[in-house]
Amino acid sequence: MAVLLAQRLLQSIAVLFGVAIVTFLLLHYLPADPAALVAGRSATAQMIANVRHQLGLDLPLPLQFWNYISGLVHANLGRSYVQRSEVATLVAARLPATLVLMACGILVEVALGLTLGVIAALRRNGFIDRMVMTLAFIGVSSPQFVVALLLLYVFAAQLSWFPMSGYGTPAHVVLPALTLGLLGAGWYARMVRSAMIDVLNQDYIRTARAKGLSGSRVVLRHALPNALLPIVAMIGIDIGQFMGGVVVVEAVYGWPGIGQLAWQAIQQTDVPIIMGVTMVSSLAIVLGNLLADLVAPLLDPKIRIR
Amino acid sequence: MKRIASELVRRPSTCLALLVIGIVALAAVLAPWLAPFSPDAQPFDGLSTEGAPLPPGSEYWLGTDTLGRDLLSRLLYGARTSLVIGVVANGVAVLIGMIVGVVAGYLGGVIGNVVMRFTDLMMAFPALLLAIVLAALLRPSLWIVALVIALVNWVQVARIVFTETRALAERDFILAERSLGAGNVRILVRHIAPHLLPTAIVWGTLGIATTVLIEATLSFLGVGVQPPQPSWGNIIYESQSYFQSAPWLVFIPGAVILATALSFNLVGDALRDLLDPTQRGRG
Repeated sequence: MAVLLAQRLLQSIAVLFGVAIVTFLLLHYLPADPAALVAGRSATAQMIANVRHQLGLDLPLPLQFWNYISGLVHANLGRSYVQRSEVATLVAARLPATLVLMACGILVEVALGLTLGVIAALRRNGFIDRMVMTLAFIGVSSPQFVVALLLLYVFAAQLSWFPMSGYGTPAHVVLPALTLGLLGAGWYARMVRSAMIDVLNQDYIRTARAKGLSGSRVVLRHALPNALLPIVAMIGIDIGQFMGGVVVVEAVYGWPGIGQLAWQAIQQTDVPIIMGVTMVSSLAIVLGNLLADLVAPLLDPKIRIR
Repeated sequence: MKRIASELVRRPSTCLALLVIGIVALAAVLAPWLAPFSPDAQPFDGLSTEGAPLPPGSEYWLGTDTLGRDLLSRLLYGARTSLVIGVVANGVAVLIGMIVGVVAGYLGGVIGNVVMRFTDLMMAFPALLLAIVLAALLRPSLWIVALVIALVNWVQVARIVFTETRALAERDFILAERSLGAGNVRILVRHIAPHLLPTAIVWGTLGIATTVLIEATLSFLGVGVQPPQPSWGNIIYESQSYFQSAPWLVFIPGAVILATALSFNLVGDALRDLLDPTQRGRG
């Protein structure tokens, strides 16, 4: 177990290092000159050269990269070109909002997915079962921004149940979390459904029933825990999906998270912030996968033995 | 092939999905003949006297946008953009994924390992964020958008094809073929490729749904296809701030995107059921 853990950790660090290299090279070779943008539209060639020197962009590429990586090791993500502040500080200030949003999104997804999935498995081919199937397909086929605008239109503009945009109170998080969570809930439900059907057909469930246990006790205590394993893996993978989705959701709802920070930085070619947010997102994805790998053996002794 | 076609048509949901795909394809091809107006035309009565866009009505069937252009005509031309990007970007993504997957899976060894570690790395990228960054910094055009989507979208296909190829390469009939003196090229083309065809067909269909959605998202953020060239995403981008007063400008294109993506997902899923031999014979 310890060996496996160490192995996976090393792998994760290697992957993050690779992400850093690829992002760095991509941003370096893209045909956008941050120095010219920072210097402003009326800047002379001399002024642009000065800015380039200040930002350290005139150094040889390997040296620039070395500086960046050695900074990364000390959790130093560099300085923003436009905001004249440490990227790490900017990201840290925005991260809590994004984490709240993602946590609520996952909560919506898992709560809905579990409930619908269990009901669908118990009442196969019933109304809920058909609905789960439909919901799953509509969920993966829906453009997130349209769902966001639709929820805003119905629940904020027409019914005035929730605020249009902003951040701070629990009411603000409802619509963004629903936007993130609703679309994935269908697939969760499908996975729970098929896992539950597999489990419910097994002998120990028949034994539990034969002992005279009540239906709900069999389902909740005996069947459900064994059907949860794929869900844990899904949550880990989902963190990655959400990291892309937050850019859109935060843009529509004016949610002050790292998605919005990235979006502003992209429009200003603020390379250090783009790098920083990409690295933090990749870290989240890697941690999510790691979590899925580590929690699975805790829940399932069969995996632990192997 | 005939069997698959008839099986597809037999399911009501797939039948409907094929119909939607057919309509979208026809709209894309016949846009100049079907569209009641030019997509860029701003007729004199295209806006109300207060200068607001017109709701759906008898003259402008789906209403007009904030510049007084006919929404139906823009949607028809938008079908061209969205479908071209969907098919081309996804085609390139599947092609890259197949090549990478086959090479890594068949050769194995150091090369295979390096290639698959690279896909690990790509999986750790926030794909949509990467696409947004690339599209924004590359000054987007139709083909750039298609290329960007292909570049972030090939990984999944590569991993699936890798697993399949590796399993195939260890099968006895490949060993038999090799002992008969067949070279790598012959084995790859004659014996491995045909087995991968179902995967290519399934992902060639399913992936279009994802691609259409990514294109719409990029265009919605303003870094995809640039106005005035209409795409379903940028129609919404141009009118999103009016979604309270002119909801049809957001939700009609939104419904069209949903219907198209849903149809490709349904057909792709049905194809996977039909083409996957391990699924055959089960209910």
